[in-house]
Amino acid sequence: MEGSKPKLKLAIYWAAACGGCCVSVLDVHEKLFDVIAAADLVFWPIALDIKYKDVEEMPDQHIDVTLFNGAIRNSENEYMSKLLRKKSKILVAYGSCSHLGGIPGLANFSTKEEIFRRVYLESESVSNSGNVIPLPEFEVPEGTLNLPEFFNDIRSLAQIVDVDYFIPGCPPQTERFLEVFTAIVSGAELPPKGSVIGAETKTQCDECIRKKTENKRIKKFYRPWEINDDGISCFMEQGVLCMGPATRAGCGYRCIKGNAPCRGCYGPPAGVMDPGAKMMSAIASIIDEKEPEEISRVLEDVVDPAGFFYRFSLPSSIIRRKLQ
Amino acid sequence: MEFSPKIVAFLCNWCSYTGADLAGTSRMEYKSNVRAVRVMCSGRIEPTFVLRAFKNGADGVLVCGCHPGDCHYQEGNYRCLRRFLLLQKYIQQMGIESERLKLEWISASEGKQFAELANSFTETITELGPCKIKETMKV
Repeated sequence: MEGSKPKLKLAIYWAAACGGCCVSVLDVHEKLFDVIAAADLVFWPIALDIKYKDVEEMPDQHIDVTLFNGAIRNSENEYMSKLLRKKSKILVAYGSCSHLGGIPGLANFSTKEEIFRRVYLESESVSNSGNVIPLPEFEVPEGTLNLPEFFNDIRSLAQIVDVDYFIPGCPPQTERFLEVFTAIVSGAELPPKGSVIGAETKTQCDECIRKKTENKRIKKFYRPWEINDDGISCFMEQGVLCMGPATRAGCGYRCIKGNAPCRGCYGPPAGVMDPGAKMMSAIASIIDEKEPEEISRVLEDVVDPAGFFYRFSLPSSIIRRKLQ
Repeated sequence: MEFSPKIVAFLCNWCSYTGADLAGTSRMEYKSNVRAVRVMCSGRIEPTFVLRAFKNGADGVLVCGCHPGDCHYQEGNYRCLRRFLLLQKYIQQMGIESERLKLEWISASEGKQFAELANSFTETITELGPCKIKETMKV
Protein backbone atom coordinates (compact mmCIF):
# COMPACT_ATOMS: atom_id res chain seq x y z
CA MET A 1 0.00 0.00 0.00
CA GLU A 2 1.41 3.36 -1.00
CA GLY A 3 0.37 5.13 2.18
CA SER A 4 2.50 2.87 4.33
CA LYS A 5 5.68 3.58 2.37
CA PRO A 6 8.14 5.23 4.76
CA LYS A 7 8.68 8.88 3.99
CA LEU A 8 12.03 10.18 2.87
CA LYS A 9 14.00 12.06 5.53
CA LEU A 10 15.27 15.27 3.98
CA ALA A 11 17.66 17.83 5.49
CA ILE A 12 18.72 21.18 4.07
CA TYR A 13 21.61 23.13 5.55
CA TRP A 14 23.35 26.39 4.75
CA ALA A 15 27.00 27.08 5.42
CA ALA A 16 28.68 30.19 3.94
CA ALA A 17 25.76 31.07 1.70
CA CYS A 18 23.45 33.98 0.98
CA GLY A 19 20.24 32.06 1.62
CA GLY A 20 19.28 32.01 -2.05
CA CYS A 21 19.63 28.24 -2.29
CA CYS A 22 17.14 27.71 0.53
CA VAL A 23 14.81 30.17 -1.18
CA SER A 24 15.18 28.22 -4.44
CA VAL A 25 13.76 25.23 -2.58
CA LEU A 26 10.91 27.36 -1.21
CA ASP A 27 10.26 28.45 -4.80
CA VAL A 28 8.55 25.13 -5.44
CA HIS A 29 5.47 27.10 -4.30
CA GLU A 30 2.38 24.88 -4.04
CA LYS A 31 4.48 21.85 -5.05
CA LEU A 32 5.80 22.09 -1.51
CA PHE A 33 2.79 19.99 -0.55
CA ASP A 34 4.03 17.24 -2.89
CA VAL A 35 7.48 17.50 -1.33
CA ILE A 36 6.06 17.29 2.18
CA ALA A 37 3.80 14.38 1.15
CA ALA A 38 6.88 12.42 0.07
CA ALA A 39 9.44 13.63 2.59
CA ASP A 40 9.84 14.66 6.19
CA LEU A 41 12.02 17.68 6.62
CA VAL A 42 14.13 16.73 9.61
CA PHE A 43 16.54 19.70 9.63
CA TRP A 44 16.26 23.02 7.81
CA PRO A 45 17.52 26.08 9.73
CA ILE A 46 15.82 28.64 7.47
CA ALA A 47 12.36 27.15 8.09
CA LEU A 48 12.38 24.84 11.11
CA ASP A 49 13.50 25.23 14.70
CA ILE A 50 15.69 22.16 14.98
CA LYS A 51 18.97 22.61 16.83
CA TYR A 52 22.43 21.28 16.10
CA LYS A 53 22.19 19.06 19.17
CA ASP A 54 19.07 17.40 17.71
CA VAL A 55 21.12 16.50 14.64
CA GLU A 56 23.97 15.28 16.85
CA GLU A 57 21.54 12.94 18.61
CA MET A 58 20.30 11.34 15.39
CA PRO A 59 21.68 7.89 14.66
CA ASP A 60 24.28 7.71 11.87
CA GLN A 61 22.80 7.57 8.34
CA HIS A 62 19.46 8.64 9.78
CA ILE A 63 18.85 11.27 7.08
CA ASP A 64 18.19 9.94 3.57
CA VAL A 65 19.20 13.06 1.63
CA THR A 66 20.95 16.23 2.76
CA LEU A 67 21.07 19.23 0.46
CA PHE A 68 24.12 21.16 1.64
CA ASN A 69 24.43 24.68 0.31
CA GLY A 70 27.16 27.23 1.00
CA ALA A 71 30.92 27.11 1.05
CA ILE A 72 33.17 26.23 3.99
CA ARG A 73 34.28 29.52 5.51
CA ASN A 74 34.73 28.77 9.22
CA SER A 75 34.99 25.97 11.74
CA GLU A 76 31.21 25.86 12.25
CA ASN A 77 30.67 25.19 8.53
CA GLU A 78 33.33 22.51 8.66
CA TYR A 79 31.86 20.88 11.76
CA MET A 80 28.36 20.80 10.26
CA SER A 81 29.60 19.39 6.96
CA LYS A 82 31.30 16.52 8.80
CA LEU A 83 28.31 15.98 11.07
CA LEU A 84 25.81 15.91 8.20
CA ARG A 85 28.07 13.61 6.21
CA LYS A 86 27.95 11.16 9.10
CA LYS A 87 24.18 11.43 9.56
CA SER A 88 23.20 11.25 5.87
CA LYS A 89 22.96 8.42 3.38
CA ILE A 90 23.24 10.81 0.43
CA LEU A 91 25.03 14.16 0.74
CA VAL A 92 24.37 16.58 -2.10
CA ALA A 93 26.40 19.73 -2.68
CA TYR A 94 23.56 22.07 -3.61
CA GLY A 95 24.37 25.28 -5.45
CA SER A 96 27.54 26.95 -6.68
CA CYS A 97 29.04 27.67 -3.25
CA SER A 98 29.17 24.09 -2.03
CA HIS A 99 29.81 22.78 -5.56
CA LEU A 100 32.75 25.04 -6.48
CA GLY A 101 33.20 27.66 -3.76
CA GLY A 102 30.88 30.17 -5.35
CA ILE A 103 30.80 33.93 -4.77
CA PRO A 104 32.23 33.66 -1.20
CA GLY A 105 35.14 31.84 -2.85
CA LEU A 106 36.29 35.16 -4.29
CA ALA A 107 37.60 35.82 -0.78
CA ASN A 108 40.50 33.57 -1.77
CA PHE A 109 41.96 36.66 -3.44
CA SER A 110 42.58 37.95 0.10
CA THR A 111 43.98 36.55 3.32
CA LYS A 112 42.17 36.31 6.63
CA GLU A 113 44.22 39.22 7.98
CA GLU A 114 43.34 41.41 4.99
CA ILE A 115 39.64 40.61 5.35
CA PHE A 116 39.60 41.31 9.11
CA ARG A 117 41.53 44.56 8.68
CA ARG A 118 39.13 45.75 6.00
CA VAL A 119 35.93 44.66 7.71
CA TYR A 120 36.67 45.56 11.34
CA LEU A 121 39.17 48.41 11.08
CA GLU A 122 39.16 50.20 7.73
CA SER A 123 35.63 50.04 6.40
CA GLU A 124 34.10 53.51 6.05
CA SER A 125 30.97 52.47 7.90
CA VAL A 126 32.79 51.04 10.91
CA SER A 127 33.50 52.89 14.13
CA ASN A 128 35.77 50.65 16.15
CA SER A 129 37.79 52.90 18.45
CA GLY A 130 39.06 50.01 20.54
CA ASN A 131 40.28 48.15 17.42
CA VAL A 132 38.28 45.12 18.51
CA ILE A 133 38.68 42.02 16.36
CA PRO A 134 36.61 38.89 16.98
CA LEU A 135 38.45 36.02 18.63
CA PRO A 136 37.51 32.34 18.61
CA GLU A 137 37.74 32.36 22.41
CA PHE A 138 37.20 35.13 24.93
CA GLU A 139 37.25 35.02 28.72
CA VAL A 140 34.51 36.87 30.63
CA PRO A 141 33.71 36.62 34.37
CA GLU A 142 30.88 34.20 33.56
CA GLY A 143 33.15 31.83 31.64
CA THR A 144 34.54 31.37 28.14
CA LEU A 145 32.73 32.69 25.10
CA ASN A 146 33.27 31.00 21.75
CA LEU A 147 32.95 32.03 18.14
CA PRO A 148 33.62 29.80 15.13
CA GLU A 149 37.16 30.14 13.85
CA PHE A 150 37.44 32.04 10.57
CA PHE A 151 39.59 30.14 8.08
CA ASN A 152 42.12 31.72 5.76
CA ASP A 153 40.77 29.84 2.73
CA ILE A 154 37.27 29.24 1.42
CA ARG A 155 36.74 25.62 0.41
CA SER A 156 34.07 23.76 -1.46
CA LEU A 157 32.16 20.97 0.28
CA ALA A 158 33.99 18.22 -1.60
CA GLN A 159 37.33 19.60 -0.34
CA ILE A 160 36.20 18.78 3.22
CA VAL A 161 34.02 15.65 3.02
CA ASP A 162 32.97 12.94 0.62
CA VAL A 163 30.13 14.23 -1.58
CA ASP A 164 27.69 11.98 -3.44
CA TYR A 165 26.15 14.39 -5.95
CA PHE A 166 26.47 17.96 -7.11
CA ILE A 167 23.56 20.17 -8.12
CA PRO A 168 25.06 23.33 -9.64
CA GLY A 169 23.64 26.81 -9.95
CA CYS A 170 23.44 30.13 -8.19
CA PRO A 171 20.85 29.20 -7.18
CA PRO A 172 19.93 25.86 -8.77
CA GLN A 173 16.80 26.15 -10.88
CA THR A 174 13.82 25.03 -8.83
CA GLU A 175 12.49 22.88 -11.72
CA ARG A 176 15.75 20.96 -11.77
CA PHE A 177 15.62 20.46 -8.01
CA LEU A 178 12.10 19.04 -8.37
CA GLU A 179 13.27 16.67 -11.13
CA VAL A 180 16.05 15.36 -8.93
CA PHE A 181 13.79 15.14 -5.91
CA THR A 182 11.10 13.27 -7.86
CA ALA A 183 13.72 10.85 -9.18
CA ILE A 184 14.97 10.09 -5.67
CA VAL A 185 11.46 9.66 -4.27
CA SER A 186 10.37 7.40 -7.14
CA GLY A 187 13.27 5.10 -6.32
CA ALA A 188 14.70 5.45 -9.82
CA GLU A 189 18.24 4.26 -10.27
CA LEU A 190 20.60 7.03 -9.26
CA PRO A 191 23.58 8.12 -11.38
CA PRO A 192 27.10 7.09 -10.35
CA LYS A 193 28.49 8.75 -7.24
CA GLY A 194 30.24 12.06 -7.87
CA SER A 195 27.94 13.00 -10.77
CA VAL A 196 26.68 16.48 -11.43
CA ILE A 197 22.92 16.11 -11.49
CA GLY A 198 20.08 18.45 -12.36
CA ALA A 199 22.06 19.80 -15.32
CA GLU A 200 23.28 18.85 -18.81
CA THR A 201 26.75 17.63 -19.72
CA LYS A 202 27.39 20.03 -22.60
CA THR A 203 28.04 23.77 -22.62
CA GLN A 204 25.62 26.65 -22.63
CA CYS A 205 26.66 27.59 -26.17
CA ASP A 206 25.79 24.14 -27.42
CA GLU A 207 22.08 24.85 -27.43
CA CYS A 208 21.98 28.56 -26.85
CA ILE A 209 18.83 30.28 -28.00
CA ARG A 210 20.76 33.20 -29.46
CA LYS A 211 21.78 33.22 -33.13
CA LYS A 212 25.33 32.11 -33.81
CA THR A 213 27.36 32.54 -36.98
CA GLU A 214 30.91 31.58 -37.87
CA ASN A 215 31.89 35.20 -37.55
CA LYS A 216 33.61 35.21 -34.17
CA ARG A 217 36.13 37.99 -34.71
CA ILE A 218 36.44 40.54 -31.95
CA LYS A 219 38.38 43.78 -32.11
CA LYS A 220 36.97 45.24 -28.93
CA PHE A 221 35.23 43.89 -25.84
CA TYR A 222 32.33 45.82 -24.39
CA ARG A 223 30.76 45.90 -20.99
CA PRO A 224 27.06 45.02 -21.33
CA TRP A 225 26.00 48.64 -20.75
CA GLU A 226 28.32 49.95 -23.46
CA ILE A 227 26.43 48.50 -26.41
CA ASN A 228 22.93 48.27 -27.76
CA ASP A 229 22.31 44.55 -27.58
CA ASP A 230 20.23 43.47 -30.57
CA GLY A 231 18.57 40.80 -28.44
CA ILE A 232 19.12 38.13 -31.09
CA SER A 233 22.77 37.42 -31.89
CA CYS A 234 25.40 35.72 -29.77
CA PHE A 235 26.82 37.96 -27.02
CA MET A 236 30.39 36.98 -27.85
CA GLU A 237 29.91 37.95 -31.50
CA GLN A 238 28.78 41.36 -30.31
CA GLY A 239 31.92 41.65 -28.18
CA VAL A 240 30.28 41.09 -24.80
CA LEU A 241 32.05 38.60 -22.54
CA CYS A 242 29.77 35.66 -21.89
CA MET A 243 30.78 32.57 -19.90
CA GLY A 244 28.69 30.29 -22.15
CA PRO A 245 31.62 28.50 -23.85
CA ALA A 246 32.96 27.18 -20.53
CA THR A 247 29.73 26.72 -18.57
CA ARG A 248 27.51 23.70 -18.16
CA ALA A 249 24.02 23.95 -19.62
CA GLY A 250 20.88 23.14 -17.68
CA CYS A 251 19.81 26.44 -16.17
CA GLY A 252 17.20 27.07 -18.84
CA TYR A 253 19.05 30.18 -20.11
CA ARG A 254 17.54 32.39 -17.47
CA CYS A 255 20.19 35.10 -17.84
CA ILE A 256 20.31 34.92 -21.64
CA LYS A 257 16.52 35.20 -21.81
CA GLY A 258 16.83 38.28 -19.62
CA ASN A 259 19.30 39.71 -22.17
CA ALA A 260 22.25 39.31 -19.81
CA PRO A 261 25.38 37.32 -20.68
CA CYS A 262 26.10 34.06 -18.84
CA ARG A 263 28.11 34.46 -15.64
CA GLY A 264 29.09 30.83 -15.29
CA CYS A 265 27.24 29.72 -12.16
CA TYR A 266 26.58 26.19 -13.44
CA GLY A 267 30.31 25.49 -13.40
CA PRO A 268 32.40 23.65 -15.97
CA PRO A 269 30.87 21.13 -18.39
CA ALA A 270 31.71 17.44 -18.08
CA GLY A 271 35.40 16.68 -18.48
CA VAL A 272 36.66 20.21 -17.79
CA MET A 273 38.78 20.69 -14.68
CA ASP A 274 39.19 24.44 -14.78
CA PRO A 275 36.42 26.57 -16.32
CA GLY A 276 38.41 29.80 -16.17
CA ALA A 277 41.31 28.38 -18.13
CA LYS A 278 38.88 27.04 -20.75
CA MET A 279 37.28 30.44 -20.95
CA MET A 280 40.64 32.18 -21.41
CA SER A 281 41.35 29.73 -24.19
CA ALA A 282 38.05 30.51 -25.90
CA ILE A 283 38.27 34.29 -25.50
CA ALA A 284 41.79 34.43 -26.88
CA SER A 285 40.75 32.48 -29.96
CA ILE A 286 38.27 35.06 -31.12
CA ILE A 287 40.44 38.17 -30.84
CA ASP A 288 40.97 39.43 -34.37
CA GLU A 289 44.49 40.84 -34.00
CA LYS A 290 47.96 39.47 -34.68
CA GLU A 291 50.37 42.02 -33.24
CA PRO A 292 51.18 41.73 -29.51
CA GLU A 293 50.50 45.44 -28.92
CA GLU A 294 47.11 45.25 -30.62
CA ILE A 295 46.16 42.09 -28.74
CA SER A 296 47.15 43.70 -25.45
CA ARG A 297 45.03 46.71 -26.32
CA VAL A 298 41.98 44.46 -26.89
CA LEU A 299 42.73 42.62 -23.64
CA GLU A 300 42.74 45.89 -21.70
CA ASP A 301 38.94 45.64 -21.89
CA VAL A 302 39.12 42.42 -19.88
CA VAL A 303 39.69 44.35 -16.70
CA ASP A 304 39.66 41.55 -14.12
CA PRO A 305 40.30 38.18 -15.80
CA ALA A 306 40.72 36.21 -12.58
CA GLY A 307 37.58 37.64 -10.99
CA PHE A 308 35.49 37.30 -14.13
CA PHE A 309 36.52 33.87 -15.35
CA TYR A 310 36.53 32.34 -11.86
CA ARG A 311 33.55 34.19 -10.43
CA PHE A 312 31.96 31.00 -9.09
CA SER A 313 34.83 28.55 -9.15
CA LEU A 314 37.98 30.04 -7.63
CA PRO A 315 38.39 27.64 -4.65
CA SER A 316 38.07 24.57 -6.85
CA SER A 317 40.17 25.82 -9.75
CA ILE A 318 43.78 24.79 -10.40
CA ILE A 319 45.20 27.86 -8.67
CA ARG A 320 42.63 27.97 -5.92
CA ARG A 321 43.80 31.07 -4.13
CA LYS A 322 46.08 34.05 -4.57
CA LEU A 323 49.64 33.14 -3.62
CA GLN A 324 50.78 34.55 -0.31
CA MET B 1 71.59 22.72 -1.47
CA GLU B 2 71.60 25.15 -4.35
CA PHE B 3 68.18 25.76 -5.91
CA SER B 4 67.79 24.05 -9.25
CA PRO B 5 64.51 25.08 -10.88
CA LYS B 6 62.11 22.76 -12.65
CA ILE B 7 61.15 24.17 -16.01
CA VAL B 8 58.51 22.77 -18.33
CA ALA B 9 58.83 23.70 -22.00
CA PHE B 10 55.92 23.18 -24.37
CA LEU B 11 57.40 22.94 -27.86
CA CYS B 12 55.52 22.74 -31.14
CA ASN B 13 56.25 19.74 -33.29
CA TRP B 14 57.10 21.55 -36.52
CA CYS B 15 59.46 24.32 -35.46
CA SER B 16 60.44 24.54 -31.81
CA TYR B 17 60.79 20.87 -30.99
CA THR B 18 62.78 20.37 -34.17
CA GLY B 19 64.88 23.38 -33.16
CA ALA B 20 65.50 21.85 -29.74
CA ASP B 21 66.34 18.58 -31.46
CA LEU B 22 68.84 20.39 -33.64
CA ALA B 23 70.52 21.76 -30.54
CA GLY B 24 70.91 18.16 -29.40
CA THR B 25 72.11 16.69 -32.69
CA SER B 26 74.54 19.57 -33.02
CA ARG B 27 75.94 18.62 -29.60
CA MET B 28 75.19 21.97 -28.05
CA GLU B 29 75.04 21.93 -24.29
CA TYR B 30 72.25 23.58 -22.39
CA LYS B 31 70.86 23.41 -18.89
CA SER B 32 69.14 20.16 -18.01
CA ASN B 33 66.46 22.00 -16.00
CA VAL B 34 64.28 22.29 -19.07
CA ARG B 35 61.86 19.39 -19.57
CA ALA B 36 60.45 19.39 -23.08
CA VAL B 37 56.85 18.46 -23.83
CA ARG B 38 56.13 18.10 -27.53
CA VAL B 39 52.75 19.25 -28.78
CA MET B 40 51.55 19.34 -32.36
CA CYS B 41 51.13 23.11 -32.42
CA SER B 42 51.60 25.99 -30.01
CA GLY B 43 47.88 26.59 -30.58
CA ARG B 44 47.28 23.30 -28.80
CA ILE B 45 48.74 24.60 -25.55
CA GLU B 46 45.73 25.23 -23.39
CA PRO B 47 45.99 27.59 -20.43
CA THR B 48 45.08 24.52 -18.36
CA PHE B 49 48.39 22.88 -19.35
CA VAL B 50 50.39 25.84 -18.13
CA LEU B 51 48.46 26.17 -14.86
CA ARG B 52 48.76 22.46 -14.16
CA ALA B 53 52.48 22.61 -14.79
CA PHE B 54 52.77 25.36 -12.19
CA LYS B 55 50.54 23.53 -9.74
CA ASN B 56 52.52 20.33 -10.08
CA GLY B 57 55.75 22.03 -9.18
CA ALA B 58 57.15 23.86 -12.21
CA ASP B 59 59.08 26.97 -11.25
CA GLY B 60 58.90 28.29 -14.79
CA VAL B 61 56.99 27.48 -17.97
CA LEU B 62 58.38 28.07 -21.44
CA VAL B 63 56.10 28.10 -24.46
CA CYS B 64 57.64 27.96 -27.92
CA GLY B 65 56.10 27.99 -31.38
CA CYS B 66 56.87 28.81 -35.00
CA HIS B 67 57.69 32.41 -35.92
CA PRO B 68 54.63 34.53 -36.81
CA GLY B 69 53.50 33.65 -40.33
CA ASP B 70 55.31 30.29 -40.27
CA CYS B 71 52.74 28.18 -38.44
CA HIS B 72 52.23 24.75 -39.98
CA TYR B 73 48.51 25.21 -39.32
CA GLN B 74 48.34 28.79 -40.59
CA GLU B 75 47.60 30.63 -37.37
CA GLY B 76 47.95 28.37 -34.34
CA ASN B 77 50.83 30.44 -33.06
CA TYR B 78 48.69 33.60 -33.10
CA ARG B 79 46.17 31.85 -30.91
CA CYS B 80 49.02 30.86 -28.65
CA LEU B 81 50.20 34.47 -28.48
CA ARG B 82 46.74 35.74 -27.51
CA ARG B 83 46.29 33.06 -24.86
CA PHE B 84 49.75 33.82 -23.52
CA LEU B 85 48.99 37.53 -23.16
CA LEU B 86 45.70 36.84 -21.37
CA LEU B 87 47.29 34.20 -19.17
CA GLN B 88 50.01 36.66 -18.21
CA LYS B 89 47.37 39.05 -16.88
CA TYR B 90 45.74 36.22 -14.95
CA ILE B 91 48.83 34.74 -13.32
CA GLN B 92 49.93 38.17 -12.15
CA GLN B 93 46.55 38.63 -10.45
CA MET B 94 47.10 35.29 -8.73
CA GLY B 95 50.49 36.39 -7.43
CA ILE B 96 52.73 34.45 -9.81
CA GLU B 97 55.60 36.55 -11.20
CA SER B 98 55.16 37.26 -14.91
CA GLU B 99 58.78 36.26 -15.58
CA ARG B 100 57.92 32.66 -14.77
CA LEU B 101 55.92 32.30 -17.97
CA LYS B 102 57.75 33.01 -21.22
CA LEU B 103 56.79 32.79 -24.88
CA GLU B 104 59.46 32.65 -27.61
CA TRP B 105 59.40 31.83 -31.30
CA ILE B 106 61.97 29.17 -32.25
CA SER B 107 62.24 27.89 -35.82
CA ALA B 108 63.46 24.46 -36.87
CA SER B 109 66.88 25.88 -37.75
CA GLU B 110 67.38 27.80 -34.49
CA GLY B 111 69.07 25.14 -32.36
CA LYS B 112 71.56 27.64 -31.04
CA GLN B 113 68.84 30.12 -30.12
CA PHE B 114 66.96 27.38 -28.27
CA ALA B 115 70.05 26.39 -26.26
CA GLU B 116 70.64 30.04 -25.36
CA LEU B 117 67.00 30.51 -24.44
CA ALA B 118 67.03 27.41 -22.20
CA ASN B 119 70.11 28.73 -20.43
CA SER B 120 68.94 32.31 -20.01
CA PHE B 121 65.45 31.26 -18.85
CA THR B 122 66.92 28.81 -16.32
CA GLU B 123 69.10 31.65 -15.05
CA THR B 124 66.11 34.00 -14.69
CA ILE B 125 64.12 31.40 -12.76
CA THR B 126 67.09 30.48 -10.55
CA GLU B 127 67.38 34.14 -9.57
CA LEU B 128 63.62 34.34 -8.86
CA GLY B 129 63.79 31.29 -6.60
CA PRO B 130 61.20 28.55 -6.12
CA CYS B 131 57.58 29.25 -7.08
CA LYS B 132 55.43 29.67 -3.96
CA ILE B 133 52.52 27.88 -5.53
CA LYS B 134 53.17 24.41 -4.13
CA GLU B 135 53.30 25.72 -0.57
CA THR B 136 50.10 27.74 -0.99
CA MET B 137 48.06 25.05 -2.72
CA LYS B 138 48.31 22.50 0.09
CA VAL B 139 44.72 21.69 1.04
